[in-house]
Amino acid sequence: MSHTVLQIIVMTLVTYAVRVIPLTLFRKHIKNRWIRSFLYYVPYVSLAVMTFPAMIYATNSLYSGILAFVVGLALTWNNASLPKTAVACCLVVLISEFFLI
Amino acid sequence: MSEQGIREEVEQAEQQTFRNGQKDAVPVGLGYFAVSFALGIAMRNVGLTAFQGFIISLLNNASAGEFAGITMIAANASLIETALMVLAANARYFLMSTAFSQKFDEKTPMIHRCIIGFVLTDELFALGIRTKGSLKPEYYYGMMSVAMPGWAFGTMFGVIFGSLLPARIVSALSVALFAMFLAVIIPTARTNRVILITVMLGFVFSFLSTIVPVIRDLSEGVRMIGLTILIAAGAAFLAPVKGETE
Repeated sequence: MSHTVLQIIVMTLVTYAVRVIPLTLFRKHIKNRWIRSFLYYVPYVSLAVMTFPAMIYATNSLYSGILAFVVGLALTWNNASLPKTAVACCLVVLISEFFLI
Repeated sequence: MSEQGIREEVEQAEQQTFRNGQKDAVPVGLGYFAVSFALGIAMRNVGLTAFQGFIISLLNNASAGEFAGITMIAANASLIETALMVLAANARYFLMSTAFSQKFDEKTPMIHRCIIGFVLTDELFALGIRTKGSLKPEYYYGMMSVAMPGWAFGTMFGVIFGSLLPARIVSALSVALFAMFLAVIIPTARTNRVILITVMLGFVFSFLSTIVPVIRDLSEGVRMIGLTILIAAGAAFLAPVKGETE
């Protein structure tokens, strides 16, 4: 087996282990209030940390990225649906970059 | 109602849940296609074949993790080095998986946890955590059936067609997944003050962590985990949630 194939196998095993071990280990609902609270906040915090500033750097122009971020915030604050928000942000980048780049 | 009637009704409900998952994951599938297309271009550049790219994406379902992996393949690194890099890039899933374990009904059979763990991505995690009550495995499988082909075929086409997709389109599509994250966190942040504060702190600290010396030199994975633990722990300490949390 080539080294590349072995590397691909290692990648796959490591990735799967990281994801499946906690999921299968913690089968009972955790009773400790602090840990429960911590795990309750984790999704929101981790998604927030991942979104900003990465979103504004994701596009070809910093300004189109900032614009998409602001539009996304405004739309979701007003409870726009998920697909609508995704499409709107993409269109904002597409259209604004015709003027910016 | 007869036993068969009940069974049919349950099956119908499960099919409906599956279809709901598919519907909700359409933007994810499209976003994945665009992102993995770019990943495919990177794979092409390090000399991987379209088939290898397809297999890597089908088995890994992780953008940063795969990128770390192909960097190590390009460097012809040892297996230990490859494992450590991929571990660093994917370490945040350890935290997510722990949080997600609590979203399951205690009686959910193990096999569901094993399959879902295989495709616990940022985006499907976000959609899964958003559903009311315990996670329905059928819903997750519906999402997987749309998201996984988008990811695997996107990578394959990326390797084959290289940079054929216009740069403008790639640029526009690159915000799709982030827009989705906003759609998950902001509506809840609006109605829950503590979450609003943690989200804003997340934005600010995450931005600061990219400019503050020393910290900015840490890998993105390490910064993300550190910030998530810090802010979520602080919030849990200052504002513990009451009763059952969804």
